[in-house]
Amino acid sequence: MKKDIILAGVGGQGILSIATIIGYAVIESGYNLKQSEVHGMSQRGGDVQSHLRISDNEIYSDLIPLGNADMILAVEPMEALRFLPYLAPAGWLITNTKTFENIPDYPEKDKIITEIEQLKNKVALDADGIAKELGTTKVMNMVMLGAASEFLELEYSKLEEGIKSVFGRKGEKIVETNLKAMAAGKKIAQEKK
Amino acid sequence: MKKLLLLGDEAFAQGALDSGISGAFGYPGTPSTEIVEYVQSNQEAIERDVKRAWSANEKTSMEEALGMSFAGKRAIVTMKHVGLNVAADPFMNSAMVGANGGLIVAVADDPSMHSSQNEQDSRVYGKFAMVPIMEPANQQEAYEMPFKAFEISEKYEIPVLFRITTRLAHSRSGVTRRKKLPEKKGSMPEYMYQFMLLPAIARKKYKKLLELQKDLEKESENSPFNKYTDGEDKSLGIITCGLGYNYLMENFKDLKKTHPVLKIGQYPLPRKQVEKITSECEEILVIEEGMPVVEEMLKGYLEKKPKIKGRLDGTLPRDGELNPSLVRKALGLASPQGYEMPELVAKRPPALCVGCPHRDSFQALNEAMEKYGKGHVFSDIGCYTLGFQPPFNAINSCVDMGASVSMAVGAATAGFFPSIAVIGDSTFGHSGMTGLLDAVDKKANVVIMILDNDTTAMTGMQDSVVTGRIESICEGIGVKKDHIRVINPLSRHHDENVKVIKEEIAYDGVSVIIPRRPCIQVYAKRKRDKEI
Repeated sequence: MKKDIILAGVGGQGILSIATIIGYAVIESGYNLKQSEVHGMSQRGGDVQSHLRISDNEIYSDLIPLGNADMILAVEPMEALRFLPYLAPAGWLITNTKTFENIPDYPEKDKIITEIEQLKNKVALDADGIAKELGTTKVMNMVMLGAASEFLELEYSKLEEGIKSVFGRKGEKIVETNLKAMAAGKKIAQEKK
Repeated sequence: MKKLLLLGDEAFAQGALDSGISGAFGYPGTPSTEIVEYVQSNQEAIERDVKRAWSANEKTSMEEALGMSFAGKRAIVTMKHVGLNVAADPFMNSAMVGANGGLIVAVADDPSMHSSQNEQDSRVYGKFAMVPIMEPANQQEAYEMPFKAFEISEKYEIPVLFRITTRLAHSRSGVTRRKKLPEKKGSMPEYMYQFMLLPAIARKKYKKLLELQKDLEKESENSPFNKYTDGEDKSLGIITCGLGYNYLMENFKDLKKTHPVLKIGQYPLPRKQVEKITSECEEILVIEEGMPVVEEMLKGYLEKKPKIKGRLDGTLPRDGELNPSLVRKALGLASPQGYEMPELVAKRPPALCVGCPHRDSFQALNEAMEKYGKGHVFSDIGCYTLGFQPPFNAINSCVDMGASVSMAVGAATAGFFPSIAVIGDSTFGHSGMTGLLDAVDKKANVVIMILDNDTTAMTGMQDSVVTGRIESICEGIGVKKDHIRVINPLSRHHDENVKVIKEEIAYDGVSVIIPRRPCIQVYAKRKRDKEI
């Protein structure tokens, strides 16, 4: 078992919650984990990435080498493309298609989607749209986690426990919405992969 | 025991707690902030009442930790690398006076400058002060090191520098805890004048510090954090420092033959092992995060045998953070190819949040400054440094904590007009106040804008020591009451805010303007907490 995952997005989109929940499931499964994240200045609306490494062997580097990632999990499509040099030839790109446009020279959305479509192994979905149907775009990140769960080789129930552990403090209703969002993402990945 | 999933920073904090600290001191600064934050939120630390409040700046926090050490209790003090410049005076002299209760100075360096103005390497400071240094390769070592560091600190009466870098500080992994040590009861130093550095005593203390170096070298030679592994191919020997070891091991399995490896985690360098690897190997590759500190020590000024490779000869880049791909290349291994990044991908630099009070402050300042043109606004270190970015382009300098005020004063004394400083509330408390005292004393014609967002925002919303005290501080320092103006940075107050700024620019003397509105993240968090 070895999974190297790049999480990508924009500061504030919730990739650290994704990382925390996967981290919980990994530790509960008895695997080794290293997860590096970005704090400080970069968090203010800039691009952020997190390297997540899972293995049943010892993990040395906190960073994933270029061309080695089994998956890029992106909550924003241009950010998905930014980290392509990390993706292994047989790796998967799992990405949200909803753009987050906070810069003046943001490229045309169609061109971004075309680039994504050219990849062999990809799952692209409008996670914001799906989250909105569940009542709040805030759970977009959990939709994306659900889509990724199809490729993670982790027990789904352990991810569910992770959600309960991270959001439990905020009450039953918020946990429920996040669980639903993850399930919705999983369903779409099953259809698309 | 179940493993704890901890950031490198948090692992160090947990290790410090388990090795019996009575206090954690510090000033927030990326990537060091999570150390004190972890202690602040740790249930056991709260029950034990471990002292854990933020200090005004790195210098005061270093001195407070030294005071706790004087009182015979174990303490840590934390800061980012440039914070050690602020604390350099007490740090250098702490090596002279030494410790009574164990003392660890934990400094987080930021190679590649993810959130910093330079990438200075704190090991240089450690060597300068002649104190032992510990540098972890992973989260488990970050946890273990405080135990050993306190042992050395108390055995030799010397502070220990703990150096961590961004990547490990902000990377999580499983950590196994060990048996806890109790806190120390506290006792006066055995020698009552241990902390007295009058020249006659200081000379003696310096000789003692020099003599101690042999013992510290022995400690390094026997340290569990320094490890020599022999290898079959001695054409190359590899020395790694801190997390450089990880990047080597990531690639080690792909090498045709194994090489001797010296893994360093404790300084001064272990002489015995260094002599062994350099005498047995034809070439040495040094893999270290930050500056080529060890490489330069080995290389010396005159190039000798064996050939030393690393950051100085271009085998590794001279600046910036290391990563497994760079080390792979240095080992002569081919790198696997990923996909290319499409050209259309645009840069996405950090920006002020939507709804941030600084946005309104900069808009008002820009309008008030229209007739003078650009280039008049000295700024400082915090979220508001992002006022440099478009569409604001409102500030012209960012040098070090507090420099906005003092540089504005210096420029004003040169006849520069208008001379404006923009500084945050926490930075003002850190080291803007003394500059303001100079302004008053020199009767400088300056406008000091203290952007009060009720928090230390950039590092993740820590408390600021000046909250609720800014006007009284300014008045106490001697700024005239009529020229301490509080404004509300909201778009609906824009015109009146512009007017206030214009009036204070026109006033020949020291003006303070305080745009006051909570950070939008703090505001949102308070709202959320209320809802839950």
